[in-house]
Amino acid sequence: MLTASNLSLSRGDRRLFSSVSFTLESGQWLHLEGDNGVGKTSLLRLLCGLISLEEGEIRWKEQNTVDTPEVFRADLAYLGHQLALKQDLSPLENLLTDAAVSGRELSVADAMAALAQMGLRSREHLPVRVLSQGQQRRSALSRLIVSSAALWVLDEPFVALDAAAQNVLAGVINAHLSRQGMVLLTSHQAVSLAGPGRSYKLTA
Amino acid sequence: MIRKLFYFSSPQNFYPLAGKLWPVFACLATALTVWGLWLGMFVAPTDVQQGEGYRIIYVHVPVSWMSMVIYLAMAFWALLGLTFNTRLSGMLTNALAPTGAIFAFLSLWTGALWGKPMWGTWWVWDARLTSELILFFLYLGFIALTSAIDDARRADKAGAILALVGALNVPVIYFSVKWWNTLHQGASVSLTKGSSMQQTMLEAMLIMAVAFWMYAIAMTLYRVRSIILIRERHSQWVADLPEVKALSLEART
Amino acid sequence: MSAFAAILKRDLVLALRRKNEVITSVFFFVVVAALFPLGIGPEMNTLRLVGPGILWVGALLASMLSLGRMFAADHADGTLEQMALSPNSLSMLVAAKILAHWILSGLPLVLLAPVLGLQFDLSANALWILTLSLLLGTPLLSLIGAVGAALTLGVRGGDVLLTLLVLPLYVPALVFGAGAVQAEISGLGASAHLSILSAMVLVAAVFSPWASSVALRVALES
Repeated sequence: MLTASNLSLSRGDRRLFSSVSFTLESGQWLHLEGDNGVGKTSLLRLLCGLISLEEGEIRWKEQNTVDTPEVFRADLAYLGHQLALKQDLSPLENLLTDAAVSGRELSVADAMAALAQMGLRSREHLPVRVLSQGQQRRSALSRLIVSSAALWVLDEPFVALDAAAQNVLAGVINAHLSRQGMVLLTSHQAVSLAGPGRSYKLTA
Repeated sequence: MIRKLFYFSSPQNFYPLAGKLWPVFACLATALTVWGLWLGMFVAPTDVQQGEGYRIIYVHVPVSWMSMVIYLAMAFWALLGLTFNTRLSGMLTNALAPTGAIFAFLSLWTGALWGKPMWGTWWVWDARLTSELILFFLYLGFIALTSAIDDARRADKAGAILALVGALNVPVIYFSVKWWNTLHQGASVSLTKGSSMQQTMLEAMLIMAVAFWMYAIAMTLYRVRSIILIRERHSQWVADLPEVKALSLEART
Repeated sequence: MSAFAAILKRDLVLALRRKNEVITSVFFFVVVAALFPLGIGPEMNTLRLVGPGILWVGALLASMLSLGRMFAADHADGTLEQMALSPNSLSMLVAAKILAHWILSGLPLVLLAPVLGLQFDLSANALWILTLSLLLGTPLLSLIGAVGAALTLGVRGGDVLLTLLVLPLYVPALVFGAGAVQAEISGLGASAHLSILSAMVLVAAVFSPWASSVALRVALES
């Protein structure tokens, strides 16, 4: 349902990558591999539409994402390197605002449940800046639990998480896959998720 | 015809075209400047009220006109670039800006040089001069923004947005400054107040305007060639250019 | 809650938890209004003449000071990216941010203006027109400034550059805003000025969020 054809990108004078093509069906995951600096983050951002296409095409449910970006964005959840959290707001406030911005209904009860699932019980009302790095990451990841997006694009989601949190995240992703969702992720660690999936190595 | 336009919208093809054209415009500019200045300095009659000093308007007025025309040209290329996403449009907008800024600056200086002997002050808050000052700031803003952004594509797009926003605001700014000026009766300046515009005066000004226009085109074409070389320096066709090959040969020996 | 309301509420809550944004603008405005008479001299006739212009310039500069912060924090922590990826239109979300900026930086100036106007011995009518002109003008400044803030996001030397970009575009607002008060004082009536100011605000309200969102997407590409 997600089709990328012949994508290429240059940054300044450097050609990062070219002729990148792949498809992703419901229930599948794709692990984007490659050395540091090869352009994995840029490719993910290109797929999300944050960087404009130079060449090639991206299709979501047969429709060109450039022509109908709103349709694509409604089905997309993106987690980049930045946490996208407001430090002076609590995890709960961040989650509720994020849901509203994405156009989703989210009850306080559901938000609290999601935060509890990510191990933030009794910390939902503290300002994010007093949480540890790992706790902040978990707060950011709780967005995925309440998301109704079909396609998850995750840039290094497992970074800065302890083993327990990594297991929780893997469980969340697997649940999403079993509901016919799609996941596209980068990770320097080995990725073992349930369901059909493969690796794609990005080279210069 | 359309096919030809698209052919030249690639920097690689535009580069030699610009190379052939700019000397032509430079010659035209020189010839017209000589003719225009001769008409303005020697043929046109002495102004009854303002004496010989008025002759600076043969530079002041044409350069002011051109500073506005060039800004419109920039806005035009900016719009083209944003709509069709062509690289050359951004390069042309960047090539036009310095000449436009210089013309605006010249306009302010010639205005001051004219003003001092005429009205006794180096500056008057005349509607046109004030608008020219603001136009100068618009040029500076564009140049500052595009030079501050490293990524060429982003710089072009940001500059294009700025140029368009500026262009849409220029009439508003001019209108508001005119309003501001007429309600506060300061030294209201009229270039031709009390003296009728003689035929030769008008002729000289128009010729100088075209001369500056030719100069602007020549400089822009010349400048855009440099910009093309810098932007496309990693491509094969630039490496194959005789002038580039000669340089790299020099560097090796 | 709609996305517009969510962004508006978030920005207001954040500013109130930090408080320095509101205080900076207000403080600058007060200082400018106090410094000019010290520089010009206490002659009331002169001050009455230059008062409207000084107050308007003070409000303009105070508004300009806070522009750089409009999008910078969101850009730094990744929330701007999320807004750009929202299925809701980015123009609408930007409009919410501009409204929040005005409430925090512009509205306090409007409320403070009549008080500061007393320092310049402006008549009651003049004070009223001054307040009205700022009520119309400060949103215009926020709207125009937003485009500049979006264009200079993350750019080297952004703050100074922002000033340079935005100043020419501020001129019409200043001319008609301060001009309205002067027209009122000289007995000509300020209705023409205020009408033009209103028209400019309406046009800017339509175009600026859209132009800013285009510029923001360009900024997010790098």
